[in-house]
Amino acid sequence: MKLPIYLDYSATTPIDPRVTEKMMSYMTQDGIFGNPASRSHSFGWQAEKAVDNARNTIAELIGADPREIIFTSGATESDNLAIKGIAYFYSYKGKHIITSKIEHKAVLDTCRYLERKGFQVTYLSPTKSGMIEVEQLENAIRSDTILVSIMHVNNEIGVVQDIASIGELCRQYNVIYHVDGTQSVGKLPIDLRIIQVDLLSFSAHKIYGPKGIGVLYVRRKPRIRLEAQIHGGGHQRGMRSGTLPVHQIIGIGEACRIAKEEMIIEMERVRKLRNLLWNGISIIDSVYVNGSLENSIANILNVSFNYVEGESLIMALKDIAVSSGSACTSASLEPSYVLKALGLNEELAHSSIRFSLGRFTTSEEIQYTIELVRKHISHLREMSPLWEMYQQGIDINSVKWKNS
Amino acid sequence: MSYSKKVIDHYENPRNVGSFDGTDSTVGSGMVGAPACGDVMKLQIKVNQRGIIEDARFKTYGCGSAIASSSLVTEWVKGKSLEQAEKIKNIHIAQELELPPVKLHCSILAEDAIKAAIADYKDKNFTH
Repeated sequence: MKLPIYLDYSATTPIDPRVTEKMMSYMTQDGIFGNPASRSHSFGWQAEKAVDNARNTIAELIGADPREIIFTSGATESDNLAIKGIAYFYSYKGKHIITSKIEHKAVLDTCRYLERKGFQVTYLSPTKSGMIEVEQLENAIRSDTILVSIMHVNNEIGVVQDIASIGELCRQYNVIYHVDGTQSVGKLPIDLRIIQVDLLSFSAHKIYGPKGIGVLYVRRKPRIRLEAQIHGGGHQRGMRSGTLPVHQIIGIGEACRIAKEEMIIEMERVRKLRNLLWNGISIIDSVYVNGSLENSIANILNVSFNYVEGESLIMALKDIAVSSGSACTSASLEPSYVLKALGLNEELAHSSIRFSLGRFTTSEEIQYTIELVRKHISHLREMSPLWEMYQQGIDINSVKWKNS
Repeated sequence: MSYSKKVIDHYENPRNVGSFDGTDSTVGSGMVGAPACGDVMKLQIKVNQRGIIEDARFKTYGCGSAIASSSLVTEWVKGKSLEQAEKIKNIHIAQELELPPVKLHCSILAEDAIKAAIADYKDKNFTH
């Protein structure tokens, strides 16, 4: 077993060797390196054919038509293109957008930008377990609402939203529905022939493909229009100009092919490992799951360890690579906005750890992680005045803190 | 966050972790910070009849540099008179541990903890 152990698959994944191998033959002189937009020679034709094949594979994974797949530089660009593109194209119909407080920054910051451009945005609050309620959404829809953007799987807590019901509701009110599917595509089955999602963003590097490539699915029936954000040679039906990065597209195509074949078995295996991890650490006193284990994707486990502080915990766990909701790991001094939106108090938000498992996680690694966490939680608690107070039966919330 | 070797050493091998009996009149206790801010430091000093701090203990909830700052001051206050200990400033702590700018508040908190512990001791022994 190699240290440190990588348990941050929701941040990014290593590229599957099968993917890199395929990409390698689309870069050099002895491979297919042409520009798919070159119509006058075989180099271009071969590249175009390779891109078409990849597009078909990607479309198959999500139940789409290949003409509905737009390549971007990643999910952040896809989110930007979807939200700005719809807002500007349909602004004649209305200027109201609905999203949630637990979206990724790529969605939230884009919405904030549109607010400065004269749009109005409603930010829905999740329940304590991280769900966006369909009734709450319905109440927020107005006659001038043009777009709803609610993610599929939350990147911090792994909670899965009911995108099928949200899609149905949006269709009923004739509102366009965008889904940030960065954490779900390739991990959960998605069939766009059945669910009424109009736009879907995702990226390759979360599913064992390369960084720097993503997709925006744009529905054709009923037809969704959007205003391009990057102008140029009119590539990809004018929706996103720029020479197609063939090797990257081959990479995301192969990643999607593998995902379609293996995701059911892989996610079952990962679920068992996640349960093993939770069973191992839940016996520690005052440990809580953030979000909901029942309603969560199998590869993410977000837990708070009360009475220890997040960054010191990350330092203690230096042999495992995980993320923290603590402010101390970032430049800002605010703890995770997602955990705060769930109503978590700041102490618990500070002491949260996100474990995210993946294709290459082993049970040996999980066992090691359990031992490490147990050992260091008890060490840090011996050092913690809050733990001492808790054991003496003092209610920490009743203490009047100076400096607060 | 990359820390200096000194911070990592104090974090991995903290000095003088623990508690004294807070009701003991030779003990001064200071608790500063707040859980919501991510840092709580408890510093206790044991003062002998000559007014010298002969022992110190700490418990800290906080990041690596908060733990290191409090561990360091338990070493520094030992053997000092109350007047000498009061002269320990956050800048000395920050320099010794080579704290990055975003962690300066940890050294400020450690200075506050010393002052609070001394004030508690004086309160117990001199005002009545």
